[in-house]
Amino acid sequence: MMTPGVKALGDEIESRVDVGDRFAGLFATRPAPAAESAGAAGTAPITLSAHVATPGGIDTLEASLPPGAESYPALTPRLGAAFWYEREIHDTFGVVPEGHPRLAPLVRPGSPETPGDRALPRHVTGYGMFTIPHGPVRSGVLESIEYLVETPGEAIPHLNMRVFYKHRGVQDAFAGMTPAKAVLLAERTEGVASVAHALAFSHAIEQIAGCEPPTTAQLVRVLHAELERIANHLDVAVRLADAAGLAVATARFALHKERVMRLVSRLCGSRFGRGVVVPGGISAAPLLPPAQLRAELDRLAKPIAADAAALMATSSFLDRLRGTGPLTPERARQHGALGPIGKAAGFADDARLVRPYDAYRALAVPPGRSHVAGDALARLRVRWEEVDQSFRLLRQVADDLSERAPDLYSVTCEPPTGRAVGWAEAPQGEVLYDVSIEAGRVTRCHPRSASFHNLVLMHEVFTSDILTDFPFIEASFGLSVAGVAL
Amino acid sequence: MSIWVLRGLRDGVVTTRWPARPDDYADTWRGPARPLPAAALSPDPAAALSSDPAVALSSDPEAALEALCPTGAITAEHGGNVRVDQGKCILCGHCVAERPDLFAWSQGANGPGAAALTRNQLIVPELPETDEAVEAARARLRARTAALRRSVHVRHVDAGSDGSEEWEIQALLGPVYDIHRLGVFFTASPRHADVLLVTGAGARGMTVPLRTTYDGMPDPKVVIAVGTDAVSGGLLSESDMTTGGIAATVPVDIWLAGSPPSPFGIINALLVAVGKLDPTPARPAAPSTSTTGSRGGRRSR
Repeated sequence: MMTPGVKALGDEIESRVDVGDRFAGLFATRPAPAAESAGAAGTAPITLSAHVATPGGIDTLEASLPPGAESYPALTPRLGAAFWYEREIHDTFGVVPEGHPRLAPLVRPGSPETPGDRALPRHVTGYGMFTIPHGPVRSGVLESIEYLVETPGEAIPHLNMRVFYKHRGVQDAFAGMTPAKAVLLAERTEGVASVAHALAFSHAIEQIAGCEPPTTAQLVRVLHAELERIANHLDVAVRLADAAGLAVATARFALHKERVMRLVSRLCGSRFGRGVVVPGGISAAPLLPPAQLRAELDRLAKPIAADAAALMATSSFLDRLRGTGPLTPERARQHGALGPIGKAAGFADDARLVRPYDAYRALAVPPGRSHVAGDALARLRVRWEEVDQSFRLLRQVADDLSERAPDLYSVTCEPPTGRAVGWAEAPQGEVLYDVSIEAGRVTRCHPRSASFHNLVLMHEVFTSDILTDFPFIEASFGLSVAGVAL
Repeated sequence: MSIWVLRGLRDGVVTTRWPARPDDYADTWRGPARPLPAAALSPDPAAALSSDPAVALSSDPEAALEALCPTGAITAEHGGNVRVDQGKCILCGHCVAERPDLFAWSQGANGPGAAALTRNQLIVPELPETDEAVEAARARLRARTAALRRSVHVRHVDAGSDGSEEWEIQALLGPVYDIHRLGVFFTASPRHADVLLVTGAGARGMTVPLRTTYDGMPDPKVVIAVGTDAVSGGLLSESDMTTGGIAATVPVDIWLAGSPPSPFGIINALLVAVGKLDPTPARPAAPSTSTTGSRGGRRSR
């Protein structure tokens, strides 16, 4: 069925991307309060909403399908980055994007009890080709995801991912919550980036209400966001060192990560910075005085930098990362790759710099160096630079906090009705929240994590790599499955 | 490589000796909310004078109190006891912030409610019938795990977590917690596992993989529900896509609240699971006047 609305939407996104904007997401809504299950031809028309990131903010473009339409011309053939987004739309509403290359279940299991069909999808055929199903229960303490590795033995010509196993229905659970409760769910949408998700959600609420958190609250938000970034990057270092069998390096970075998490818990009681960010500000003052915070930061920064330098001088380690899992700058730009994955391939769109929020507007965020290699090594280099940058920001925050007289920690922020997009730069990259509110309750909340946008790129980075490179590539992406399957 | 030898020696021994020795971080850990010992909804006008208008103006103080909790963990009987189901507590702190006269944080990774042997044991103050049920559960567990004490192999399954519980379990393998010192090891194969650590709210898509893993483990086996999500589903208990906790799929032996629980809490649960720690906290008499967290009087054997 031809739908001019959708075609025009595709044209608009394409022309925006051509002039340098970034495609940031696509999702569908059905205005009825409860979305009909797949297949049931609901009478309410489906609306497609696309997010496009510009230097100043995030624009929302929309197109409505005709009432009763069960298909529309897919955007994926002209806009590769929509690949997973359209699969999610198909999963959720059952509408068919015509011309989409592969509409297998992505985020929702096929039926409640037996997810998907048991037959393994095959994409590459030939002599000696076989599929290694890896997951959803994998060796080690990892989140549930299934990788289907198609291989003739060593090379990986194709990789399939099934992320639906741990789909929890987060998006639907937001409906009906008050903002004060919904921010708690936002923190638990992608637990390792709790602060960033709480920030993105709160920014949306604050934008609807037109309120501005007090300066102290903005500083404390940056404080927790940057500590979260350091902890996540250290976690990637732990996993990479572990994959390379460097026992001492693994233990060292695990020690640093633990120390960072303990500092977070001494500041707010939670090791993940939960309960700090609320719409309108923060919930309470940090439990550590700024002078003590400053001393703790200094105690952390030096040994982390020294161990990072030692790691980046360990040639047996670097050999495993150099040239591993490369993403070309061209693909990074086309896809709009987020966070360290994009930065490592020359595509840097850091929300803290380009679309600053909270205290980032006042703080001097040092711009990162530019990289083009796009491999696992470049991704790790970006992370170390970000850790360094985070410590510099944190010192500024600690100094600013010590100079400030105690003031309010939050302002009233209870908007009755409206819709807005909020964003924040998580350790994994930009997090978006598209939130609608009616009568003081969330009617619809669509979180889009950096993990969702970036994980699909795993398909493309195995060009010259073999099975033993898999843990390095997965770790170097540094994503969380919880943020993908929602 | 020699640089790493020297770096490994740099900080000396950083490993905790908990639970054999006290550990400040474990003992001061902020656990789920609990009602203060004297917490009962008094009919006097104190509640009506509460600073919070929602509480003060409400004609129904019980409902106002229960509405403080986003997951419905608080129950208030008319003019009677206020109870917190710590198995539903996500540690948001709303109740502690709004009614510090009634609620406080529990303290310590081995505090009351940590590593409960029955689901009801997570309700504080305890329900009247809890003691006998706990005693029976302990006897059953002890009979099964008598052989496991010296070497325990653990398998983890994520049944729809938010990712944070995995970080806390991974921390056990790091230098600070070093679970190996306690004779606990992680294993990739369910065939080698004695203990199953399950995280997450019980995603429907993980029902079959979780059950398959459980069935693949040899007897005797112990299941630990790690975190409030695994115990009750937390904020996602009502979601169609979860089973509201993992107990719908596998039988749970140890219930561990927390969002997420601390690594010390997970060690505590593991040691209780295999009978290395006595899981009975020395509970104070119910109407105690003490306002500090009551700590378990447990010792490592």
